[in-house]
Amino acid sequence: MTWLDICALDDIAPLGSRVVAGPKGDIAIFRTGDDEVFALDDRCPHKGGPLSQGLIYGKRVACPLHNWQIELESGQAVAPDVGCAHRHPAKVENGRVLLALNAVRHCA
Amino acid sequence: MKKLKLVMVGNGMAGVRTLEELLKVAPDLYDITVFGAEPHPNYNRILLSPVLAGEQTFGDIVLNDLDWYADNGIRLLLGRKVVKIDRRARKVYAEDGSEAEYDRLLLATGSTPFILPIPGNRLDGVIGYRDIADTQLMMEAARTYSHAVVIGGGLLGLEAANGLKQRGMDVTVVHIADWLLERQLDRTAGKLLQGALEERGIRFRLNEQTEELLDNGDGRVCAVKFRNGEVIPADLVVMAAGIRPSTELAERAGLPCNRGILVNDTLQTYDPRIYAVGECANHRGIAYGLVAPLFEQAKVCANHLAQLGFASYRGSVTSTKLKVTGIDLFSAGDFMGGEGTETITLSDPIGGVYKKLVIKDDVLVGACLYGDTADGGWYFRQIRENANIAGIRDHLMFGESALGDVGHQGQNSAASMPDSAEVCGCNGVCKGTIVKAIQENGLFSVDEVKRHTKAASSCGSCAGLVEQILISTVGGAADVKPKSEKPVCGCTELNHGQVRQAIREHHLTSMAEAMRFMDWSTPNGCATCRPALNYYLISTWPGEAKDDPQSRLINERAHANIQKDGTYSVVPRMWGGVTTPAELRRIADVAEKYQVPMVKVTGGQRIDLLGVKKEDLPKVWKDLDMPSGHAYGKSIRTVKTCVGSEFCRFGTQNSTQLGIDLEHDLFNMWSPHKVKLAVSGCPRNCAEAGIKDIGIIGVDSGWELYVGGNGGIKTEVAEFFVKLKSAEEVREYSAAFLQLYREEAFYLERTVHYLQRVGMEHVRKAVLEDAENRKELAARLHYALSLERDPWKERLETPHLKQEFDRIPLKQLEPA
Repeated sequence: MTWLDICALDDIAPLGSRVVAGPKGDIAIFRTGDDEVFALDDRCPHKGGPLSQGLIYGKRVACPLHNWQIELESGQAVAPDVGCAHRHPAKVENGRVLLALNAVRHCA
Repeated sequence: MKKLKLVMVGNGMAGVRTLEELLKVAPDLYDITVFGAEPHPNYNRILLSPVLAGEQTFGDIVLNDLDWYADNGIRLLLGRKVVKIDRRARKVYAEDGSEAEYDRLLLATGSTPFILPIPGNRLDGVIGYRDIADTQLMMEAARTYSHAVVIGGGLLGLEAANGLKQRGMDVTVVHIADWLLERQLDRTAGKLLQGALEERGIRFRLNEQTEELLDNGDGRVCAVKFRNGEVIPADLVVMAAGIRPSTELAERAGLPCNRGILVNDTLQTYDPRIYAVGECANHRGIAYGLVAPLFEQAKVCANHLAQLGFASYRGSVTSTKLKVTGIDLFSAGDFMGGEGTETITLSDPIGGVYKKLVIKDDVLVGACLYGDTADGGWYFRQIRENANIAGIRDHLMFGESALGDVGHQGQNSAASMPDSAEVCGCNGVCKGTIVKAIQENGLFSVDEVKRHTKAASSCGSCAGLVEQILISTVGGAADVKPKSEKPVCGCTELNHGQVRQAIREHHLTSMAEAMRFMDWSTPNGCATCRPALNYYLISTWPGEAKDDPQSRLINERAHANIQKDGTYSVVPRMWGGVTTPAELRRIADVAEKYQVPMVKVTGGQRIDLLGVKKEDLPKVWKDLDMPSGHAYGKSIRTVKTCVGSEFCRFGTQNSTQLGIDLEHDLFNMWSPHKVKLAVSGCPRNCAEAGIKDIGIIGVDSGWELYVGGNGGIKTEVAEFFVKLKSAEEVREYSAAFLQLYREEAFYLERTVHYLQRVGMEHVRKAVLEDAENRKELAARLHYALSLERDPWKERLETPHLKQEFDRIPLKQLEPA
């Protein structure tokens, strides 16, 4: 797995997100309230809304278009909605946000 | 596991509905075999009358086509009449020798028309009115013969008479009672109905008994002879003098019957393996002949067949509608009245309207409507719910719409809506889907229904209707409370009022502090509570509480409106709807430079640039060099104006200037929901001030202020608030009213709903009657706004705020 240096953790607001221009489309990087980071393709499984623009709480994001709730860890929509956003490994090391591009589609 | 065997005898509406309900809850429990005596799949027997009248065809009324049976793995044996049940061997036998074993047997044999025991009742041309074969016979007779006599002036008889008349026959209805539909209507309504049908050319002989049907010599009926000796010609006689439950089969099998197969509250007969539903069943002494009770029975029966065992049937209150096009008639409950009841009657024989309501102990127990049946569903609901009507008694006759705003969220149609009717126009959700979701998932609150069906989750205008559907589906178990009593969201037990109060009384100035103090159950709330808390904090403690961008939804964070494709729309402010050639040139240049896909004039008198990429927003704002129009916020939107006295030949006041001044006064104002104003310069009101949160209309002697209007989801006309002399006063009163709203309303509560909750009197006291308080309110608003800046400019000049708009480009991706 190749880790890519994206930005400083402080470049993402707590409970905020940034958009990385990935090779296969935008990737949203989220920072939770306790400074964990997660990365998902920036497309809601519902109607393709940019998840990066959603409101983040706990380990979830609410899609800005129709308020679907997506789990940041798994990319899965919270029931009763069904769907999955493609996820990429992300972590924080020495105050830097690292991302690995995940080519394997884990979504069914 | 081997499947159980379910055999159904009778392929009509009640039986098939039971199978449908069963397949929903236990799709794999049974191997199902259905015996149908008719050669057709299940059709809607209720709609035979429109078929007879030529308004529909048989194909239109089929409910379950043959594919449905095949798709559900049901063995369908049509045209086979079951003649014997062997309860010991658990087998049924059909006339043609076919047989089937059962573990559970469902009898849905329906009913047969009652044929009068008079001479000649077996002649050709004498029929009952029950099925598609009878209907076809009548249609054929109408082609060759001219005289028809219908015996029985009940629902079925009148529908048959109407259909035969439509097909060109000369029709006489013979009825034994004093008036038509004596079981559904009182005398007055019955006479009105008779008049209407007579106008269509149908003749009536009331209080008349048929003695004999005469033979034409060829074995076909030719005339009807009455008890008084009179004879009238008849080539076709339709017996519609009632139905008899078909119990022959059950009786021969030793099941107790008494005008119907006796069933208990779980629709089981004396033999617990055998169920009966529909017109053949007698439940607590009643054999129902109308469809709604049969469907209720079907649901309960299916619940027990599915081995769930929790549903029970306690009988139904029924309502009646006559399916004769152009005649509106409705009755429900005990509409005749009697001892201990009171009646309210409205009678307009010339206008053809008659309404009678029967009340007992402040509860509506019956209704009989003729001519205007729009409120039938609503009355029926009151009857079923045993609602106390003492408080609305004087309006009761005028229907739901007379009760002020009760009806405005669509409640008036929930009970009588068909399953196929669309409830949520935003997400295309129909009533049946909602009812199904409620039943299958065990939902008890509107929020749950929203999550599961998406109904009422967009604009919310159907929330009232959804609530009514919920109530009518789960009854008293429904969890319905007004917003003022509901918790803000799942993160807290506190409601909006309690949260506002805590923030004020305990001087809470940050999100973290507020959540800690109020014992929020989640670490950082959710998408529902955070925007509300953020608003309450900054509106209560301006200058102290810091706005939290991460607690704002995207539009207010990006200061633009997100579109379906993730791009944004940009609406620069045009004070009072007035612009300049220079501004228009800049807008045109920006539209070209950033290849804006659509430039559109908005309803608020400004220009919308649609389809701007997020990273372009700061550049667009810079190039526009105009302030934000806040077209995206729970905030002041626009002040719409008319031309006013400066140019207009009718103008009495300078509405344009007042609009511009007000818009400057209120610039950057955040509020519980969006706020729109309008100023018109004369009573012609071209700025449409009547549907704004504050509408101002100039008159020769000054200005009239209206508040609480709304042009959106549900149009609400603004209420007159006060008349003022000067423009300065208008600005002060407007500021004071809006500050009161900002301080007291719940998040996402428009002014109209705020006013409905607190009452106009409260607002008058605070703003009109107390001059000192008014000035303080206005001063508090001006102070709060003095701390705000144009958000577009602020973002251009503040690096950490501008960061929101920057994407991290691909070229920065380097291996760590």
